[in-house]
Amino acid sequence: MKTLFIFFLLILSQSAFCKNWSVKTVPELQKALLESKANDTILVAKGNYKVLNLEITKPLVMIGQNQPVLDAQYKGEIFIVKSGDVSISGFKFINVGETSMIDWAGVKILESENVKIFKNEFINCYFGVYLSASNKCLIENNRIIGTPKEEQTTGNGIHAWKCDSINIFNNYVEGHRDGIYFEFVTNSLITNNLSTKNIRYGLHFMFSHYDTYTHNIFKKNGAGVAVMYTKHVTMKDNFFDSNWGGSAYGILLKDISDSDIEHNLFNSNTVGVYMEGCSRLKMQDNVFQKNGVGLRIQANCDENNIHHNNFMANTFDIATNGSVTFNYLNDNYWDKYEGYDLDHDGKGDILYRPVSLFSTLIERMPQAMILLRSFTATLLDKIEKIIPSLTPENLKDDSPSMKPNAIKAFNFKV
Amino acid sequence: MKKTIKYVVYDIIRNRFVIGYTLLLLLLSVSFFWFEADPNKGLLSLLNIILMVIPLVSVIFSTIHFYNSYEFIELLSAQPMSRRTIYFSQFLGLCFSLGMAFLIGVGLPTLIFDGSMRGLTLVLGGLLITLTLVAIAFLASVITKDKAKAIGVALAVWFYLCILYDGMVLMVLVNMADYPMEKASLVFSALNPMDLARILVLMQLDVSALMGITGAVFQNFFSSTWGVFISFVLLLLWVITPVFFGYRIFSKKDL
Repeated sequence: MKTLFIFFLLILSQSAFCKNWSVKTVPELQKALLESKANDTILVAKGNYKVLNLEITKPLVMIGQNQPVLDAQYKGEIFIVKSGDVSISGFKFINVGETSMIDWAGVKILESENVKIFKNEFINCYFGVYLSASNKCLIENNRIIGTPKEEQTTGNGIHAWKCDSINIFNNYVEGHRDGIYFEFVTNSLITNNLSTKNIRYGLHFMFSHYDTYTHNIFKKNGAGVAVMYTKHVTMKDNFFDSNWGGSAYGILLKDISDSDIEHNLFNSNTVGVYMEGCSRLKMQDNVFQKNGVGLRIQANCDENNIHHNNFMANTFDIATNGSVTFNYLNDNYWDKYEGYDLDHDGKGDILYRPVSLFSTLIERMPQAMILLRSFTATLLDKIEKIIPSLTPENLKDDSPSMKPNAIKAFNFKV
Repeated sequence: MKKTIKYVVYDIIRNRFVIGYTLLLLLLSVSFFWFEADPNKGLLSLLNIILMVIPLVSVIFSTIHFYNSYEFIELLSAQPMSRRTIYFSQFLGLCFSLGMAFLIGVGLPTLIFDGSMRGLTLVLGGLLITLTLVAIAFLASVITKDKAKAIGVALAVWFYLCILYDGMVLMVLVNMADYPMEKASLVFSALNPMDLARILVLMQLDVSALMGITGAVFQNFFSSTWGVFISFVLLLLWVITPVFFGYRIFSKKDL
């Protein structure tokens, strides 16, 4: 009882000493930032503020009322957070300049903990939100829209470097280099984001272990999503849509190990999933539909377990570049499967080799693409099915499903 | 000329083969669209029919028809009519009946089930293939003297266009794999009406697969308005050229 009373008193004293600063002009804002005490609240009224490089060095609550506009006039950046427990919400950040020396950003968070950035808008910012060596931060409900130029002169929407336990929820990112960029970020969560029309990747992931991303939509990005040099990633319930181009992939997985790819939808990508140097991945309950190549497994992948996925209306279900692979395919549904099921256990009685001769042929001679779906190509595939000689002998599904696997419906808010 | 075309069409319809052909195509197309949940797959199955069955039927039927109405042609030649009128009324009559059979049998269901650009491309490509094969059949008929030989020539042309040609292209590509063959393969595809029609339809269907590095070359050509225009002009040339040469021979032929 006594401790509770003291606790109550503490809270009371806290709120009694905290001050609210109402700000209407730029000098007032600068003054408030200088003179405020820790845990004060700064309320910024609606208006247009021409500001540059404002540093936040103590725990503060920054609230924009009716979305005040903070304009950096392409001369520099806007907020630089150098303290923990800062919260920034309700602002509109515009016109952050572009340099090649420093990564200017709408909000930059440096070596801080517990920073919350939510309900803001970032328009024409070089970088939107930039986190560096910061932990336990929350980036939520932001709209980040850039004007893409060249890859070198465009920044990332949400950029995180060497962070831990970051949460990125419900953001919309458009027109940046990478929508969301992670490098050396661990134990983090990326959920419900929509990343689209970025010139490089919707999501770019490097050396970021133990991260999870779920319920995101990556649509029409220059090269899809890239996950590289990472272990223990969980990718669930995401939607990879319409990533078209010579080197565009739904997801590009490079040197990934011990990860789960579960219940994702890959629709109309040039290549749904591209796997290179991947080990011990579990891929299940995914739907690959209308892709040029559903799944591309390079020969340096091993021990991957691919089961209970549905492959429908892809031009090629699986492509590979080698002849021997050590990956396991089981219980997948292939719409090109032509076998039968005499014992009615729902599994085909003869195995299915998803790599067609024609796709092997295209591997060696891309020009042969002009023969796609011609009688000759079909004939070659049929002959190869009966007497396999060129296609990888052991890349096969021993128990292909006769009917599409029951995969729970996808539910994306767009 | 109109009158003779009317007689030719009347003659073909009385034969009942074309009606059966129309119904068969209609049945096939409707069942493809009904049994496949995805209209894309229905279109692909139809594409196979268009590339194999329709050329075969068109070329054989046209040749047989030409020889069956040989006596009628001889009779007409005795009348004060130019060889041009006789030849082209025969040709246009056949084009009309087989074209209508295709449009009702394949075109109608396709446009009902998938009335998008890809459906339209498929129908247009199929129609032009029908006309091309009729034209080739006429050429085969006028350069030979008897029916069996004409059917043989027609079948050989079908076999060449539908099966042999692609095999030869594949052989060339395999042997020349070390050279940049992108442009060359564009030319190869232009030299066969079947390939041209197939690629035009594929560009609408399998865009994502064709977007690879080589695919991009085709994509740039066949997806641009200019490329589509050139392809259709080439397909039309494939109709006009054999008809024209057939006419040249027919006008001097001793019937």
